[in-house]
Amino acid sequence: MNLDLRLDTSGDFYAQKFQPTKRDDTLILNMGPQHPSTHGVLRILLEIDGEYIVRADPVLGYIHRMHEKMAEIMTYPQYLPNPSRTDYLHALAWGWAHVGAVERLMDIEVPERAEYIRVITCELNRISSHLLWWGAYLLDLGAFTPIMYAFDDRERIQDILQRITGSRLTYCYYRFGGVSHDIDQRFIEETKTQCARMKDRAKMFKDLVTDNFILRKRVEEIGEIPLDTCRKYGATGPVLRGSGLAYDTRRAEPYSVYDRFDYKIPTHDTCDAMGRYLVRMDEIQESIQIIEQALDSLPEGNFIHPKAPKRPKPPAGDVYFAVEGGRGKIGMHLVSDGGNKPYRLKLRAPGFSNLSLFSEIAQGTLIADAVSILGSLDLVIPEIDR
Amino acid sequence: MMDAIPTPVIVISVGLAATLAFIGLNALVLVYLERKVAGFIQRRPGPYEVGPQGILQPVADALKLVGKQLFTPRGADGILYWLAPMISIAPTLVCFLVIPFGPHLQIINSNVGLILILAFTGVNVLALCIAGWSSQNKFALLGAARDISQSVAYEIPLLLSVLPIIFITGSFNLFDIASRQGAWPWQWYVTYQPVAFVIFFICALAETNRNPFDLPEAESELTAGFHTEYSGMGFGMFFLAEYAYMVIASCVTAILFLGGFQGPVASGWWWFLAKVYILLLIIIWIRWTYPRVRFDQLLNICWKWLIPLAVLNLLVTLLVIAL
Repeated sequence: MNLDLRLDTSGDFYAQKFQPTKRDDTLILNMGPQHPSTHGVLRILLEIDGEYIVRADPVLGYIHRMHEKMAEIMTYPQYLPNPSRTDYLHALAWGWAHVGAVERLMDIEVPERAEYIRVITCELNRISSHLLWWGAYLLDLGAFTPIMYAFDDRERIQDILQRITGSRLTYCYYRFGGVSHDIDQRFIEETKTQCARMKDRAKMFKDLVTDNFILRKRVEEIGEIPLDTCRKYGATGPVLRGSGLAYDTRRAEPYSVYDRFDYKIPTHDTCDAMGRYLVRMDEIQESIQIIEQALDSLPEGNFIHPKAPKRPKPPAGDVYFAVEGGRGKIGMHLVSDGGNKPYRLKLRAPGFSNLSLFSEIAQGTLIADAVSILGSLDLVIPEIDR
Repeated sequence: MMDAIPTPVIVISVGLAATLAFIGLNALVLVYLERKVAGFIQRRPGPYEVGPQGILQPVADALKLVGKQLFTPRGADGILYWLAPMISIAPTLVCFLVIPFGPHLQIINSNVGLILILAFTGVNVLALCIAGWSSQNKFALLGAARDISQSVAYEIPLLLSVLPIIFITGSFNLFDIASRQGAWPWQWYVTYQPVAFVIFFICALAETNRNPFDLPEAESELTAGFHTEYSGMGFGMFFLAEYAYMVIASCVTAILFLGGFQGPVASGWWWFLAKVYILLLIIIWIRWTYPRVRFDQLLNICWKWLIPLAVLNLLVTLLVIAL
């Protein structure tokens, strides 16, 4: 029986590279790629001293599918379903980033009604993304029930979106110059009902979960990310806003019709996991505000521009287009050589930057806290690996 | 022929058989109850397909566990690895022998019943320690380490909260303790010793590794803790033992604080079972409601709050008795 667990040479390349350390009383622990709290196939190598983490090193690439390369060998319409496969939780924002980049490069006009529909569906998707994060995060902290309550609301949102977009998770709804289907009266009514319902349930979520004594002990003053660290690693989204900076792509680089709605950008300057938690809970409410305003002022007109190109052939040049996703700033840098396929498409995944923080923040924490920090970053691994 | 066998041996053999049946049946009922209550709390039906209202689900679960391959991981210490689940379940059989289920339903009326239960439930730590050590798995090792420090810490307030009851009754005999309490709730010891009751119940949760103190098997941190590598009935026996310890903890709580088999009308074993099951339901309810505490917080609760409180409670009790 090999009792010296540290001298285990059977590990793979990353484990072998991770092995040599100065200390001889630590344990190398391999968390993932199959681990209940790494949400998919993230792998983290930990060097632990008792339960304290000395070093943490994420290993990526287990779900790398070459989405950037695929863009280079597919025509623009062929690539439409791809972006939603990167971040399957906020799929519509990724789709928007793609069509937005092409529209900006070709100066395609988008009808006002289509912009409103995009805002409504994208915000609905953001709510469902945050709800799933909420349930999964509490699962990480050992509370089994809230995810069922989160899915109750999430399923309703998916039902609403399914009727319009045709899918429940990996939407392919936005087209160059509009959207694929118009919304109808039933959609508007169902969305309004659902918005009212979620406003009611926000108080229940707060009473049952957010105010829970044990939960607060697990998230308050845990995983403090100073603003400088956020800037250093390029963290965006709720992670950045949880550290006190009101940076939101919808405000910072305005796109679509977001400037017509009245909404706040929630921030918390506690920098801890609770701050990020509260930012996301507040964002759900702000998204409801946006949806309600958009539904009330929904203009008539085309849902797709009648002269929008079916097979776009953008002029040579490059363009950068960014949208605010559930996890942060989603950016697409599109370089065209004038053909019907992109010359190069660079995807900026917010989760990648947010995960980069982890090794610095996790140092010196307990394993249980590392799980809490990892959950509070809201990672979607397919988006990070692309 | 029958004269050759002494009567106590027959009694104990029959008692052990009855205990085994009781543990097995209880586990089936509790698995069903746990899943149905979880379903109710999470607003879903719970088990629904196997049998009417899913009533045969625990049987299907048990059959599945029995049918699985018993797998020993490479590098594991085979003997210790398979000994651990047996060490875990064996002491529970003895514990049930001394529990007075009713006025005339007790297998051994021992003068040291309480001590016997406290001693034998302590053996479980050893089983978990061996399981974690012999699996040759780092997660299992961490789980075992957690369990040892948790059990050692929580045994102290547990014993300190039992002591006041012993001082009041002057007996370790569980039957005596149960019969000294009256039939009505205000005559039970929970009225005299509410602090001890709360401390005892929290410690019982921690000792049985139930949420929010289920750190040795915290699946979001340590995958499955000490039983990560166990398959089939190896896991099944740990599972059975966990439920058996839950039942023992509820039984002892019911006897010490809730009057045991005594009830306002028609005292008997049904009152005892009802109290035990109410306590079990509360344990299940807590599991599906609260998040898990962190490990250092768990030990802080014990050393900084429960032990001083239990000592204080003991001192006050002694003062009152002395006066």
